[in-house]
Amino acid sequence: MTDLSIQLINLFASFLLLLAFAMLAQRRVVNLVQIYAMQGLTVVAATSVVAYVTHQNQLYYSAAMTLVLKVFLIPWILRRLIKRLDIRWDVETLINIPSMMLIGIVLVIFSFNLALPIASLSTSISPGTLGIALACVLLSFMMMITRSKALPQVIGFLSMENALVFAATSATSGMPMVVELGIALDVLVGVFILGVFMFQIREQFESLDISHLENLKEE
Amino acid sequence: MTFSQLLSEFFTIVASLLLAPLLLGWVTQLRAWLQNRSGPGIFQPYRILHKLFNKDSVMADTASSLFRFTPYLIFGCMLLASAIVPTLSTDFPLAQAADAIALVGLFALARIFISLAAMDVGTAFGTLGARREMFVGFLAEPALLMVLFTSSLIAHSTSLKTIVTTQIDRPFAIYPSLVFAGFAFILIFLAENARIPVDNPSTHLELTMIHEALILEYSGRHLALLEWASSLKLFAYSSIGIALFLPWGISTQGSIMSLLYALPIFILKLLVFGVVLALIETFSAKMRIFRVPEFLTIAFLLAVIGMLTYILLGAKAS
Repeated sequence: MTDLSIQLINLFASFLLLLAFAMLAQRRVVNLVQIYAMQGLTVVAATSVVAYVTHQNQLYYSAAMTLVLKVFLIPWILRRLIKRLDIRWDVETLINIPSMMLIGIVLVIFSFNLALPIASLSTSISPGTLGIALACVLLSFMMMITRSKALPQVIGFLSMENALVFAATSATSGMPMVVELGIALDVLVGVFILGVFMFQIREQFESLDISHLENLKEE
Repeated sequence: MTFSQLLSEFFTIVASLLLAPLLLGWVTQLRAWLQNRSGPGIFQPYRILHKLFNKDSVMADTASSLFRFTPYLIFGCMLLASAIVPTLSTDFPLAQAADAIALVGLFALARIFISLAAMDVGTAFGTLGARREMFVGFLAEPALLMVLFTSSLIAHSTSLKTIVTTQIDRPFAIYPSLVFAGFAFILIFLAENARIPVDNPSTHLELTMIHEALILEYSGRHLALLEWASSLKLFAYSSIGIALFLPWGISTQGSIMSLLYALPIFILKLLVFGVVLALIETFSAKMRIFRVPEFLTIAFLLAVIGMLTYILLGAKAS
């Protein structure tokens, strides 16, 4: 039984990595939100399995919170934001997806190597997932760096948070509930604030392209 | 080599020869149904083959002997490929003849010759098709090798026979690396068999065609052989997919009864595979040729990540 659940956790970890790459390659902003919701769902599934195996009831609450917040509420807010900003059909021009993917592979190898000695010391049920979670964090970082529009950067930030939660639950069997509640609230507030910011950016520059922020105004 | 081994080899070859056009017809028919058309019927590929074999073959004046023997060579390559993939049983004489890498080499040989033959006549279309074919091929080939290596890592062998038998014999386990490899394999499958996101198999529009441009100069029995070979290629790729990812039901001993038992299971898997393929083709649009590298890089990347996750997750588990 435990054997199968460890395999399941490993499977969800791989899905998380897959979705991180899908996000990296996705051009449409609307689809990014979709992938983000799927990522949330994967984290929920992984958390529930960990909760079932380790008999930690608080992890069920954590999973339920993730479900409400990251699968329904935040994607809903983001979709509304997209509608109101009228960027539904925005297609971003990205720099050379193949080379970005190859950099992604290097990042994955790097984080796997980094996590291997840590994993061998760990006593948690599935130490291998730490490397995957680390890779997801780095990939989300890269997404935030390479995107030029504001909304994909926000989604990159959110997916990084997803990966961190996954790392916490699978590698260390969960954080204290207080910490988790705090993070969840932070993310929610963060989305609200960033949404307001985006409106402000567009008011000022009539575009959501962040590169406009780099220009100094001489007035 | 026993009689039952020979029989199983013979059985596999006959089955692939007969089933390959049927698979193509099934996918075409399903696509037609999904698009609310009545469709040509699943036996249409046989009718086309019959028609083409009864027609005269016309040769261009500039064609060399390479152009003449290429259809036979391609047909032979594809038939051999479907013969060395374990489809019905793992116990057959050709299993020792070639491993996964040789299989990829066989596809590469066919690709090189069809491209040379297309350029041989000297028409613009042939050259265009040949270039595009090589362009897609050189990107798809490493990805296919990576997919095969991921499975080989689990079985500790590149022999397809060993891969299938270890897969069947060991207790059920979820391998995340196989999930990645499976996704990668679907992408490679679409690219290599000239299916929709990469190439449209049912068009002669010069801007989009790859496979049709290659065989534009052929007619009569040569064209029939090439059409048959392309359906055999589809069949061989489907059997590779089944052997790598869904091998359950392939008989591990060569007895005749087990072969008869394995055949309906195999056909059922092919039917389901056809449904998946038709759905993918209906839901996706043909992409620009310059998007193809992106598409195949993703396939390569997925396969590499599959290998990496095996090393990371599998090293501890085993």
